[in-house]
Amino acid sequence: MSKREFMLGNVAISRGIIEGGCQVITGYPGTPSSEIIDTLATMKKRDFYVEWSVNEKVAFEVAAGAAIAGARSVVTMKHVGLNVASDPLMTLSYMGIKGAMIVISADDPSCHSSQNEQDTRKYAQFALMPCFDPSNPQEAKDMIPYAFKLSNMFQTAVIFRPTTRISHGKSDVELGEVNEHRPQVKFEKIPERWIMVPSHARVRHPYVLQVYEDIRKELESSPWNHLELKKDSKIGVISSGVASVYVKEAMKRIGIDASFLKICTYPVPEDKITSILRQADTLLVIEELEPVVEDEVRIIAQKHGIITKILGKSEGFVLRHGELNVDICMNALSKAFGVPPITPEIYEINFELPSRPPVLCPGCSHRAAFYVMKKVFGDEGIYPSDIGCYTLGIQSGAVDTTLCMGASITISSGIYHAGEKHPICCSIGDSTFFHTGVNGLLNAIYNKADITVTIMDNRITAMTGHQPNPGMGRTAVGEATVAVSIADICRALGAEFVEEVNPYDLKSTEEVFRRAKNHKGTSVVITRQPCVIDLRRSGVRKPAFSIDQDNCTGCKACVKFGCPATEFDNELKRAKINNMCTGCGVCAQICKFGAIVEVKK
Amino acid sequence: MSYSGISLFDLVIAGVGGQGTILASDIIGKAAVKEGLKVMAAETHGMAQRGGSVVNHLRIGCEFGSLIPLRSADALMALEPSEALRYIEYLSEDGIIFMNTEPVLPVTVTSGISSYPDINYIIDHLKQRFNVKAFNAVELAREAGHIQAMNTVMIGAISKYLPLSKEVLLDCVKLSVPQKTVDINVKAFELGWLQT
Repeated sequence: MSKREFMLGNVAISRGIIEGGCQVITGYPGTPSSEIIDTLATMKKRDFYVEWSVNEKVAFEVAAGAAIAGARSVVTMKHVGLNVASDPLMTLSYMGIKGAMIVISADDPSCHSSQNEQDTRKYAQFALMPCFDPSNPQEAKDMIPYAFKLSNMFQTAVIFRPTTRISHGKSDVELGEVNEHRPQVKFEKIPERWIMVPSHARVRHPYVLQVYEDIRKELESSPWNHLELKKDSKIGVISSGVASVYVKEAMKRIGIDASFLKICTYPVPEDKITSILRQADTLLVIEELEPVVEDEVRIIAQKHGIITKILGKSEGFVLRHGELNVDICMNALSKAFGVPPITPEIYEINFELPSRPPVLCPGCSHRAAFYVMKKVFGDEGIYPSDIGCYTLGIQSGAVDTTLCMGASITISSGIYHAGEKHPICCSIGDSTFFHTGVNGLLNAIYNKADITVTIMDNRITAMTGHQPNPGMGRTAVGEATVAVSIADICRALGAEFVEEVNPYDLKSTEEVFRRAKNHKGTSVVITRQPCVIDLRRSGVRKPAFSIDQDNCTGCKACVKFGCPATEFDNELKRAKINNMCTGCGVCAQICKFGAIVEVKK
Repeated sequence: MSYSGISLFDLVIAGVGGQGTILASDIIGKAAVKEGLKVMAAETHGMAQRGGSVVNHLRIGCEFGSLIPLRSADALMALEPSEALRYIEYLSEDGIIFMNTEPVLPVTVTSGISSYPDINYIIDHLKQRFNVKAFNAVELAREAGHIQAMNTVMIGAISKYLPLSKEVLLDCVKLSVPQKTVDINVKAFELGWLQT
């Protein structure tokens, strides 16, 4: 009996991992990839090993180790995580694996939750690894067991690249059989395979180049590429991944009859591309982000001496940035083939809408830490920051840079060593500190950077959906483990000033920051307070606060603090606290008139 | 109107992070799958959830992509009034708006940087062009037992316009909400149903 379920794309991918009989899954959280491991780790029964690793390089290597020993493994991350894991990626390509390994790197066209929109398919080309680019959640699930087989057949890791619209799309998914067979795990000592010294690497490189061509032939006839040749039409369209479904709909809406090639695997299917090139006089390539398919199509056309006119990003029909949709595809098709466009009349709204940027939650301790930091280091202070919820400290005026995971401390060091005279105080979260902050701090201390490093320890990896990290004493599957002390790590790295403080206590926090600022050398302030969302979920409720209207002078000091729980009543000219209050009590300390008081039960 | 041969019913659900837009689209999507229909949906996760503007696309009886083209949605379900305006460009000429009239003020408004448009003005403005069903879903949810059931009020309100049976939708509500809130949510659904 068939079973259909309404599933999130990432849940469908985790189902594919189970159906494929995976034995080891590792990863580091990152939107839009996090729910894959979240789903696998919270299953009541499981016959595989799953971990949240401390960063993507580490996760990649753990999964590679498992695959070298003969297991089927998966590593998950967001696209920028693959940069962190690119060192092992580029050499695992030569080394290959024995069992099977899938590298899931989720792309985020349009930067919905990311600092860039790099295209993982470029990494796949660079690393000489095959890549899967699903067009919907069903395909994403079905591709995983296939990818395990391909990986094992060619003894290479394969890349799987969902985008935000796949990972965070939802659809009805038909479940498949679970592969109950498990390959035997036994590490075999094969020096020429597992030891990449120059003499072995030189041999493996030409071998891998040959295998890449063999993989191209194998994927040519895979079910993920589909060619519809229209004998009566001299126009053709090639599209890939999620863009292919937008293009299909766009073609139907504007009534274009063209040959169509859908590509969801790389290296691209050369024979199918040659066929559509021979059929069409004009060919439009529509793909999201980089012109990966487009460039290949041009190379293939030249190689075979085909003079079909090829249109794509280089002619400006499709942009190289931003995610695609049906409207963009309709425009590109109508421009390329001279078909009248469907331009919907846009309904103008003649008043301005208030912007609604994401903000730190009501009662978030980061806001309190930023408030004090700003008070001590002033407007002239320089505030490099990092990747996490606290990036939202932009609102508090205490975030000046955000580059990549762990870069707060290192950017601060660079600004300091360049000769900047103003004080530097950076912020980094607990999980990001474990990820790549440790190296940066070690470097700062060793090279005597006179900066203050604030580690905002909210006891969880919050932004990506509350995953555990090494500071919490609990693994991905909820088992108890060592709770690593951030303060002890900092001291072991050589820090001479390490202080922990509760950021809800503004007075003590200010006193600690003042001493940290005066300390010569690298000082570390750990602001420690559990994430308000996580605390609430664990059942902790604190009494809320309210404003005593008689004492409130309407000075707006509490409102300026920026907590969503405080509002200003323009008619009464008084502040008020709404039902979002979590009872942190910080605004009560900010009020000079004692007008904010705890609500008595 | 959703284009024939592409989708049976295209719905845009707009709101603010934390209002339960994902649960609302999940309940409707599950019901559609139960009815044997294909469903494609797109959700906002991650950064935008922290009190930011959130939009979900839900396409019932659709095998293409999850993103609804401009001016194609059959209905816009707005869990927050200003968010109805933000995503109005997706609604088709003859589309219907289901709107909760209780606003969630963004920090940009509470801190005095920008102002919030008058609710009645928003409704009047939209009524000039569209069929608008506006009601205070938060009040109705409170009446049902808890303000968090506001999203269920909205599902109840839109239910008779969806190509889905009321019974299947109600079953999915019961299966999707926390066990101890089932009665509240059933009542919330019925109160919403009475609004349209």
